[in-house]
Amino acid sequence: MNKLNFIARRLVKAVFVLLAIVVLNFFLIRAAPGDPAAVMAGEAGAADEKFLQQLEERFGLDKPMHEQLWIYVSGIVVLDMGFSYRQQEPVADLIFERLPATLLLTGTAFAISILLGILLGALAAARVGRWADSAITVLALIFYATPLFWIALMSILLFSVYLGWLPAFGMVSVGAGFTGLDYALDVAQHLVLPALTLGLFFMAIYTRMTRASMLEVFDQDFVKTARAKGVRPGRITRVHVLRNAILPVITLAGIQAGQIVGGAVLTETVFAWPGIGRLMFDALLQRDYNLLLGIFFVSSAMVILFNLVTDVVYTFVDPRIELK
Amino acid sequence: MTRRESARDFLRRFARNKGAVVGSGIVAIVVLVALLAPLVHPQSPWDMVQRPFLPPFTQEGVPFGTDTLGRDIFAGILYGAQISLLVGLVSTLVALSIGVTIGALAGYYGGLIDDALMRTTEFFQTIPNFALAIVLVAIFQPSITSVIVAIGVVSWPPVARLVRGEFLSLRSREFVQAARVIGQSNRTIITSQILPNTVSPIIVMASLMIAQAILLESALSFLGLGDPNTMSWGYMIGAARTVLRQAWWMSFFPGVAILLTVLALNLVGEGLNDALNPRLARKGR
Amino acid sequence: MAQTPSDPLIAIRNLSVSLPPGAERPYAVEDVSFDLHHNEILCVVGESGSGKSISANAVMGLLPKPHVRPTAGEIWFEGRDLLQVSEAEMQDLRGSRMGMIFQEPMTALNPLMRIGEQIAEVFDAHGAHGRRARRDKMVELLRDVGLPEPDTLGESYPFRLSGGQRQRVMIAMALALEPSVLIADEPTTALDVTTQAQILNLIKTIQAQRQMGVMFITHDFGVVAEIADRVAVMQLGKVVEIGTAEEVLNAPKHSYTRRLIAAVPNFDPPRRDPVQGTPVLSVDKLDKIYVTGRGLFTKGRRTHAAQAVSFDIRRGETLGLVGESGSGKSTVGRCIVRLLDADGGAIRFGELDFAKLTSQELRQQRKHVQMVFQDPYASLNPRRKIGRIIAEGPIAHGTSEADAMARAKDLLRLVGLDAGAAERYPHEFSGGQRQRVGIARALALDPELLVADEPVSALDVSVQAQVLDLLNDIKQRLDLALLFITHDLRVAAQVCDRIAVMKLGEIVELGDTHSVFTNPQHAYTKELLAAVPGRHWSIPEVALQAAGKARPEA
Repeated sequence: MNKLNFIARRLVKAVFVLLAIVVLNFFLIRAAPGDPAAVMAGEAGAADEKFLQQLEERFGLDKPMHEQLWIYVSGIVVLDMGFSYRQQEPVADLIFERLPATLLLTGTAFAISILLGILLGALAAARVGRWADSAITVLALIFYATPLFWIALMSILLFSVYLGWLPAFGMVSVGAGFTGLDYALDVAQHLVLPALTLGLFFMAIYTRMTRASMLEVFDQDFVKTARAKGVRPGRITRVHVLRNAILPVITLAGIQAGQIVGGAVLTETVFAWPGIGRLMFDALLQRDYNLLLGIFFVSSAMVILFNLVTDVVYTFVDPRIELK
Repeated sequence: MTRRESARDFLRRFARNKGAVVGSGIVAIVVLVALLAPLVHPQSPWDMVQRPFLPPFTQEGVPFGTDTLGRDIFAGILYGAQISLLVGLVSTLVALSIGVTIGALAGYYGGLIDDALMRTTEFFQTIPNFALAIVLVAIFQPSITSVIVAIGVVSWPPVARLVRGEFLSLRSREFVQAARVIGQSNRTIITSQILPNTVSPIIVMASLMIAQAILLESALSFLGLGDPNTMSWGYMIGAARTVLRQAWWMSFFPGVAILLTVLALNLVGEGLNDALNPRLARKGR
Repeated sequence: MAQTPSDPLIAIRNLSVSLPPGAERPYAVEDVSFDLHHNEILCVVGESGSGKSISANAVMGLLPKPHVRPTAGEIWFEGRDLLQVSEAEMQDLRGSRMGMIFQEPMTALNPLMRIGEQIAEVFDAHGAHGRRARRDKMVELLRDVGLPEPDTLGESYPFRLSGGQRQRVMIAMALALEPSVLIADEPTTALDVTTQAQILNLIKTIQAQRQMGVMFITHDFGVVAEIADRVAVMQLGKVVEIGTAEEVLNAPKHSYTRRLIAAVPNFDPPRRDPVQGTPVLSVDKLDKIYVTGRGLFTKGRRTHAAQAVSFDIRRGETLGLVGESGSGKSTVGRCIVRLLDADGGAIRFGELDFAKLTSQELRQQRKHVQMVFQDPYASLNPRRKIGRIIAEGPIAHGTSEADAMARAKDLLRLVGLDAGAAERYPHEFSGGQRQRVGIARALALDPELLVADEPVSALDVSVQAQVLDLLNDIKQRLDLALLFITHDLRVAAQVCDRIAVMKLGEIVELGDTHSVFTNPQHAYTKELLAAVPGRHWSIPEVALQAAGKARPEA
């Protein structure tokens, strides 16, 4: 029963955080220089008098502040995030159209980063002090220090322009009209570079954390007890050390979720991947603040959802959580 | 052991980490470059000095080539160092001021204050921080100030967490309890007993944060959100994006500059960590 | 080498174990030789840094190489020199022919693995028994070590068990494959007195049943008196004396052994005259309640850390607060100095109710009571000079820095340290010296009452005696009242005029020390006193005489 208690508490907290973000968005619009209606209309829409008029009515911009807030919040709850004049579509539609592409990219990148990260980190810890450890540590250090968008550009130069192995832009080959398995393969081919660059960048963090965590667990008392029982080193590493060392990595994965979504903006921009990150870049160019804030809200919601998932995973991995 | 002896010990431990020494060297070079840029290259990096799209190492005076408008890439690298260091340092200071204050208050007083401050910290940690930085700079219009403030605002939560953790553990340490029993005021205890013992982890974190801030600044400039009057490395890479095929050097050199600077700062941070926490000999080191 | 029962089970010959460069001495253990015979309990006893634990780890091959490694000597077991044998062979021997249990039960078990799995792991590692038989054997082992509900306990995770129970699980794991040797590295040091008695009893019983050889490492001579057949005494990496328990405990030959034994507080309390006068401190029905596990849907549980605690202390009197962990003795001490705020009751110094003061008023009244802390390494700010540490109290109350520092120097002399110590940092001093500094700091504000919270528990026994003498001396000279909190009944017997026994937050018995010890009234007091190891052994005269000579510097 205590697990339910824990999850319920987290859900309630998640709702509060989402609400807080919506309120934050509301005040950010008001904080921007200029008339709120013009800000919400964006660069393009601000020229259209009629559009500005519609916005003023819809959001009650002449009404007192708390009423405006209520209108805004109740709008978001039914997923009405406003209208993008430039793209001539409701913001919500725009976002949900592109969301699957981003989920595919970030999901794949996350899987790569955490699997490779744990593997390499464990390897480095098991061979601590020797050349494999140094090599992995240095590699992780370099990936961690390189700007993501630059790796993306360099990898396009290398793998697309010079070697011609992989496509550089987009999610599908333009005008090819693939279906079924061919379509899937085409997407997969386009996915390789962006997912790898995004994934390798964050892999560095998991590698370092796993390595440090494992080295710490190696020194703990229960590992000595296992050795005193005559348990073989391989089993000690797998069953005793790794299982315990993973716990902080799971927690870290939750915290890192926000970063990966941010990284998606850069990756999608460079690779012209049709997701909400690319959409955010377009919104920036067009000074379309409504769209911008809508994407901000949705990406935050994604992160919160992901945090919830990692929290739940954690409760299943750590039996002590029953007590909480 | 006198102050001088412990300072010497610290330097010795730091020097034992070769990576840290190399890192310090690189950082020193970057600082020098930033300071001496106007001396080495008095012309503004925005000036068009040659034909556009000159490859590197082909023309005298423009060792790293030129960009789409004929501007000197090398000059851009030199002046870009100024922006990176300035933004990195100041935004880290902003983040530290916010984070240390919040963390210290939350960790020392506990209870409701801790709850309230931790909820706030968690909130800022949950939102994707790069996205928030983008939104903030976009809404308040790109300028050096808005970039610095935005980076500071999204970077403080890990500091707050660290400081809170340190304060929590130190608050229950016996020498702090003794300070309470002899009647020192809360303020004296925080500033003279606890804070000096948290300086080491804060310094280590600060060096890593400067590195992160430089990465963030370059990413914001890449997306076009940098101060339009400043030539920063991120901006140069952003400008190179559409002409990648024709002019690889436009994005290559600024990227290497960022890589080296951030790498060096990370190495220095690790070196500081090892030197300030000389715990039991680490395994295999 | 064929083994006969009269051959030693383990023969350690000229063992030397080196420490990494930069350590206090080059060898942890130097040219050490002793035997463990069949069917006996050998206690290896010494203070911290004596090398006793390292010797034990060397036998099992569990030294933290490469920093600490054996450089010379042999360890003969079952016809083989364990120092020459390959790591794979050692893995075969560990758990099957030799078992080991460690000091800290709370961290000795993998928190993410069920108890049954961890025990079965021993079978698995040595390929013993089939799956069915393993489960049965595991349940049998749990029963043998006296754990409750052995049939279902295997399904539980370690966090559900207490320290004593976890130690029993460790013993079960060590004995699973019926090894001929059990090495026990301070297995009861981290346990409460009553739990310790149970575990010692368990080990004694098992050893007799299985006729094992047990190497028992300890620093506590009481434990030695309770279970040892033979004793080896170690000092700074060397064996200084070895013999039967009777010989070493009652007729020690080496001067170090004599000094060490003399420093152990005798279990028999002397008769003391009751202290007269009006009380300095009067505690009246003190309560402290903790609420745990409050959540969105659960109400939480109220625990009384202290319940209706009442007692007085007079000038020149030492009152002992005695109990095990969770008894509330530390809580009471902390409430009295207002590190914790009591939830009910009064703490009176004359007319003043200390418990009701606001934080503003409290700061003015701090001089009434001061505290000496347990951990000499954590109770002094590592970044402060000694003089400054002592002077901080008076400075916080308005004394000028010059005056405060002068007073600090006087106090340093009072506690037996040189006034020059004021310019040095804590890390330059030993544990005993730091405790003296802690006492000096507590005296800086001229208190009426000193609360000493386990002031000697973290010190070696030879140093304990000196610090206790110092406390007593100061108490008499300055006519202070002393509230002495401890779990160590021997110390309480020698130091306290009156004693209050606490259990689960309540005082169950309160009276003068001699009466409580010789004629305990409450069932718990009786249980507590009966559990003290070696209580029937008294310090031999020859050791006490040696104590007159030079003692180790604190």
